[in-house]
Amino acid sequence: MPDAPALRLDNLTKRFGTHVAVDAVTLALKPGEFFCLLGPSGCGKSTLLRMIAGFEAPSSGHVRLGEQDLTALPPHRRPVNMMFQSYALFPHMSVAGNVGYGLKGLGRAAASARVTDLLRLVQLEGFGDRRPDTLSGGQRQRVALARALAREPKLLLLDEPLGALDRGLREETQAELRAVQRRLGTAFVVVTHDPEEAMMLADRIGVMQGGRLAQVGTPADLYRRPASRFVAGLLGDVNLIAGRLGSAEAGDTRAVQTAHGIVRGSATGLPEGTAVVVAVRPDDIVLGTEGLPVTIADTVFLGDRLRRTLRLPDGTVLRSSGRPGDAQDPVGSDIRLGFAPADAVILPA
Amino acid sequence: MRAGAPGRLFDRLVRLPPLLWLAAFFLLPFAITLKISLSEPATAIPPYLPVLDWQGGLEGWSAFLEALNFDNYATLASDALYCDAALGSLAYAAAASLILVALGTPLAYALARAPARWQPLLVALVVVPFWTSFLIRVYAWIAILKPEGLLNLVLLRSGVIAKPLILLNTDAAVIVGLVYAYLPFMVLPLYAVMNRLDPALREAAADLGASPTRVFWTVTLPLSLPGIAAGAGLCFIPMVGEFVIPDLLGGSETLMLGRVLWSEFFSNRDWPLASAVAVLILALIIGPVVLFRDSLRAGEEGRP
Repeated sequence: MPDAPALRLDNLTKRFGTHVAVDAVTLALKPGEFFCLLGPSGCGKSTLLRMIAGFEAPSSGHVRLGEQDLTALPPHRRPVNMMFQSYALFPHMSVAGNVGYGLKGLGRAAASARVTDLLRLVQLEGFGDRRPDTLSGGQRQRVALARALAREPKLLLLDEPLGALDRGLREETQAELRAVQRRLGTAFVVVTHDPEEAMMLADRIGVMQGGRLAQVGTPADLYRRPASRFVAGLLGDVNLIAGRLGSAEAGDTRAVQTAHGIVRGSATGLPEGTAVVVAVRPDDIVLGTEGLPVTIADTVFLGDRLRRTLRLPDGTVLRSSGRPGDAQDPVGSDIRLGFAPADAVILPA
Repeated sequence: MRAGAPGRLFDRLVRLPPLLWLAAFFLLPFAITLKISLSEPATAIPPYLPVLDWQGGLEGWSAFLEALNFDNYATLASDALYCDAALGSLAYAAAASLILVALGTPLAYALARAPARWQPLLVALVVVPFWTSFLIRVYAWIAILKPEGLLNLVLLRSGVIAKPLILLNTDAAVIVGLVYAYLPFMVLPLYAVMNRLDPALREAAADLGASPTRVFWTVTLPLSLPGIAAGAGLCFIPMVGEFVIPDLLGGSETLMLGRVLWSEFFSNRDWPLASAVAVLILALIIGPVVLFRDSLRAGEEGRP
């Protein structure tokens, strides 16, 4: 469905008393996109999702789907469906009754055929007569998914869809969820607090912090080019080296004066002399004969990786992640730490 | 297992006080009532024949048991008054229960949906009438319903009616009184059930395109049935034996068992017959209790 109308949020804001839960969020989804709202609890991601579904009225701003303005529509008039964190299956109805609940407009025969199709889609054929309380967690999750997809929504909202599943089932379900999304081409918006899950599921991730969208981008963008220390730290292990920003050089490469020497990284739009941190992923660190002086404090062999704990003379602890073959220098030896300027991002301290 | 023994002993001791309570204040009085109901019809005061001869041993017992008879129950069966009173009690209680369900359900729903910070106050308002004597509240209805009462006054002044309506001492007044007095017993258990319903269930139904009305009929109401059954049972059972309300608000033709019991006991002073009426009320009530117990149990399993 490349021409399906896409979701657009326009300065969407929600205040609860004096607390601003969602602060002027503007976002445009691509048609058929798998989008993840990622952030710690209380960052406003669930409130944002509930405003898209219609359960919370925005204090200001608009929710649009293509040309249609949904802002004033009650939930039951929106062409949007939601899969609830608790699944919210109706305990007094069978699985088929749950999945078919939204198919009131269809005839009886058409509705029952659609329920059969949906149960096949989520691999629950033959479970139609069961009660939700006789199903396992994973099965309930799939009933909830089938029910939310029944009305062929133009946009599916999923609130922590895998939060109630145990770890093994979770990874399996992530793959299934992506497969279903690809097959249907429906745009999905998933809310999660788990960065790994967001990276596995999403085409693009929107990181939320304090009610604002801190950064939007592909998982690789966010991992390689975080816009803030918060985003850098959220999406995996990161080394932060403090310093003061030097003058501009070729391209967007800038020099940073640290306590132990000059390092280079990329930065845009920060004035000279700003207190900054240089953010480098552990796998981008090169240990050798050039760069900052460090002491190897610990080495851990992890099979596919060799993880080192390093210490700068001022006590700052850094981590590197290299190939096991590199293991030559013993713990306690002094060595130099470097990285390519393109792999390092300079962020405001 | 030795280790389990003290625990088991404690479990048994814990069960003892309620058992003793029931034995002393329910089983024993009931046995006395049952015995009197099987005695010779007689007015005035005890003892009622036969009297058990404690020194008589086995013979004394058999003489005692042989002398017991069902004459009082035969009287109940032969006189249409008692049958009518029994049917009347059931009819009044059933009608009032239906109205209570119809009134209590929206009231409890409104309570459960009210903003969380208002709910304690609203629940308190439902309970507040209990702070005043039940009798005073029923008398207040007399003041409202009597020909020169509050309601007629308002209707006359506003020109809705030309002459006072006869409201007091009618069936309608009894039903109004019953509904008024028992409404909290309907609302509170129902509110408790509705308040515990996961709001996500209503949201899920709305999300799937259900209008607020459809959400109520297909999700909220079916999931509240255990509360409705509990509330209706809690009201119906005492209403069958109700005495004060029909006596004060009803007319001379208002026949309810509680009233008959009272007049047999205090006016006719026929304790044996009054006891038989009491046993009849108990029998009438045990039926619905068994019925509601089954439906309550089904409700707890999530199968209304």
